[in-house]
Amino acid sequence: MKAPAKVFLAGIVVIGAVGWLMATGISETGVYFLTPSELAQRVEADPSFRNIGVKMGANVVRGTITREVATQTITFRVTDGQTEWPVVYRGLAPDTFTDDVEVVVEGRLDDGGVFQATTLLAKCGSRYEAVPEAP
Amino acid sequence: MTILGQLALWLSFLLAGWGVIAGVLGGRRGTPAYVQSSRRATYGLAAALGVASFALMVALVRHDFNVAYVASYTARNLPTPYLISAFWGGQAGSLLFWAVILALFAAAAQWITPRRHAPLMPWVAAVTSGTTLFFVAVMLFAANPFARLPFTPLDGNGLNPQLQNPGMVVHPPMLYLGYISITIPFAFAVAALMSRRLDTGWLHAIRKWTLLSWTFLGIGITLGMWWAYVELGWGGYWAWDPVENASFLPWLTMTAFLHSVMIQEKRGMLKRWNVILVALSFFLSIFGTFITRSGVISSVHSFTQSSVGYWFAAFLILIVAGSAWLLTTRFDDLETEAHLESALSREASFFFNNLLLVGIAFSVLWGTLFPMVSELVRGTQVTVGPPFFNKVNIPIGLLLLGLTGIGPLIAWRHASARNLTRHFTVPVVVALGVVAVALLMGGREFYPIVTWALAGFVLSGIIQEFGRGVGARRRLHGEHPLAALAQLIGRNRRRYGGYIVHVGIVIYFVAFTGAAFKVEREASLMPGQSLELRSPFGHTYTFTHLGVSQFTQLNRFISAATLDVARDGQRVQVLTSEKRQHLDSFGRRQFEPTTEAAIRYTLAEDIYVVYAGSVEGTDQAVYKITINPLVTLLWFGGLVLLVGGIITMWPGAPRPPGPRGTSSAVRRTEPAQVGV
Repeated sequence: MKAPAKVFLAGIVVIGAVGWLMATGISETGVYFLTPSELAQRVEADPSFRNIGVKMGANVVRGTITREVATQTITFRVTDGQTEWPVVYRGLAPDTFTDDVEVVVEGRLDDGGVFQATTLLAKCGSRYEAVPEAP
Repeated sequence: MTILGQLALWLSFLLAGWGVIAGVLGGRRGTPAYVQSSRRATYGLAAALGVASFALMVALVRHDFNVAYVASYTARNLPTPYLISAFWGGQAGSLLFWAVILALFAAAAQWITPRRHAPLMPWVAAVTSGTTLFFVAVMLFAANPFARLPFTPLDGNGLNPQLQNPGMVVHPPMLYLGYISITIPFAFAVAALMSRRLDTGWLHAIRKWTLLSWTFLGIGITLGMWWAYVELGWGGYWAWDPVENASFLPWLTMTAFLHSVMIQEKRGMLKRWNVILVALSFFLSIFGTFITRSGVISSVHSFTQSSVGYWFAAFLILIVAGSAWLLTTRFDDLETEAHLESALSREASFFFNNLLLVGIAFSVLWGTLFPMVSELVRGTQVTVGPPFFNKVNIPIGLLLLGLTGIGPLIAWRHASARNLTRHFTVPVVVALGVVAVALLMGGREFYPIVTWALAGFVLSGIIQEFGRGVGARRRLHGEHPLAALAQLIGRNRRRYGGYIVHVGIVIYFVAFTGAAFKVEREASLMPGQSLELRSPFGHTYTFTHLGVSQFTQLNRFISAATLDVARDGQRVQVLTSEKRQHLDSFGRRQFEPTTEAAIRYTLAEDIYVVYAGSVEGTDQAVYKITINPLVTLLWFGGLVLLVGGIITMWPGAPRPPGPRGTSSAVRRTEPAQVGV
């Protein structure tokens, strides 16, 4: 085999490997990003959907946040205007997490219909720009 | 003052427009008057935008709250350094910052580029003026930094507290400088294509510029990591957030370009590919700016959504269409001069280096855009996070690290068995030795051990190169070893500077492995109570909660929780982590409270303490404590990278210039291993 052909072939192998890594990476680590209403629809259509980890983007319902510092547990409700879900999160909340902010929670719905969140991201309000936040 | 700024902006608009017209006419017809005029338009543009920037700076420092921008991002009690950093802290101001820096770079390019590249310069002026025109137009029609309010507020909104950090004063400008300076190589590429002067001339003209922009990007990204680590309080420095990815993408394609350009200079190969890489880097730098401003991809970093996104989208389409047209119409002019002769050659190793870098860039871009793509295709958003990026990029990154050790040592054209044994015996032995030691010491983690082994491989190869170079100089010139080392680097700055950059990259990789050994714990402690943690380096740390104090400082109210830290029973430090509530000039609460992590830096492991709050009504405090191994190496690696970068682009001709014209034939016969 000539050199260009060898290198070309090796190149194809590399590209294939990268493609394979990406495809499996997405199927293994990809997470649905849903609104509260979409989550309700999915669960209704297929109850086993509860066991799949999802991300949910929604607004915090004003006045529903309760924090228990001793156990590091935060409970609150989220809504998209149509559907509301109760959320339980254990851990440190980001500084920007307050009433009426937009949040992204990642976790799964338990059998009691409570969203058990493992991560909590809060987006800042529109009052200022360029606010970065950690996962 | 804003009238002056406004006038300066309109003047820039006209000058940039004229710069494009004069540049194109001068480039096409070669009329000296147009050529001269396009150059002067570039200088005038830099001056006009300088005046506009000055006007905005004055408005910021003087608290002219009638200006919407000043009212939105500053306040009376904001410390002065942050008044200045507010210049690039918001949408409109950062556009102005971009425009003025680009205009200054463009003027510098016109000023310092040697005369032999003169035929390219009107085209360069056209491209830089055109890009500046875009930014000025966005400011004038969509986000004007000088827009006034119908009333004058008593005080401004203040700057977001997370941006009130020294890292944030230097990080964005660095990153912007990197982003912006990519325009210059792109302008030269377009100029070479338009004028069909596609010998290596344009590559020589942009060499320093690509190094400059690559170094700025690298340092900007590292400073961003540092800021995230110090300020965001989650104990990490990189989260694969879309905005972080956006800064990483052009850095990857620039890295690929810096390598593949050597193949074109030496062998006249990869010409089309190099043009594509320059265009791609420029595209990605604008794309990065687009991502942060348009709200297209939900990132927690983003600026608020605005119509600015449409302007950027249109500009991006123009870049793609223009580059595609140039490439297809000049396709035959970019015919390769040589073909690959062996799979074991420097050309082949650089080819793989490029493939892997672009592969990483593609996977990062894909992961970043995937939520959008999946929504378009399947109707549901699917997001991918750090697990995806790590799964894909760790193996590719390690292959790349291995190539870092192979590329500089393997011979051009065809590596002989002698070349291979001469250069690779020591590195391979060192790599195997590292694996043996790691396994004997009980290490079982696959990726970290592979990383250390490859680090040993690359470093020993580089040390061997330096050693041989110094040895040769000592034999030939009888120099003192240190003098020989200085001479060696000074006389071949590009090569040895490049080695130093490689050392920096190796240090980054080793620093990344620390993340695999991170120890993290949350604890709720009463005063006097302690927590014990065992670090990966085998130390036992005892953290004792001392208490919480509250006070007012500068423009903020602070609750500070203090921990006494002991290592193996020895008290080493008292760490205080703060919750800060920012206040406006009237002492009212402003913004959400922010957390200030307390960090004890050591070379081996950092102690990272975050005060999460107190149990209401008691002195009991909740802490999150992280032991972060090897993070300090990152900042050290950044420093090494900077030193290497500066060496490679140090001005002056280290070697007498080679014969001009189509010199690739001559250069091809030059020995590959200078100084050995």
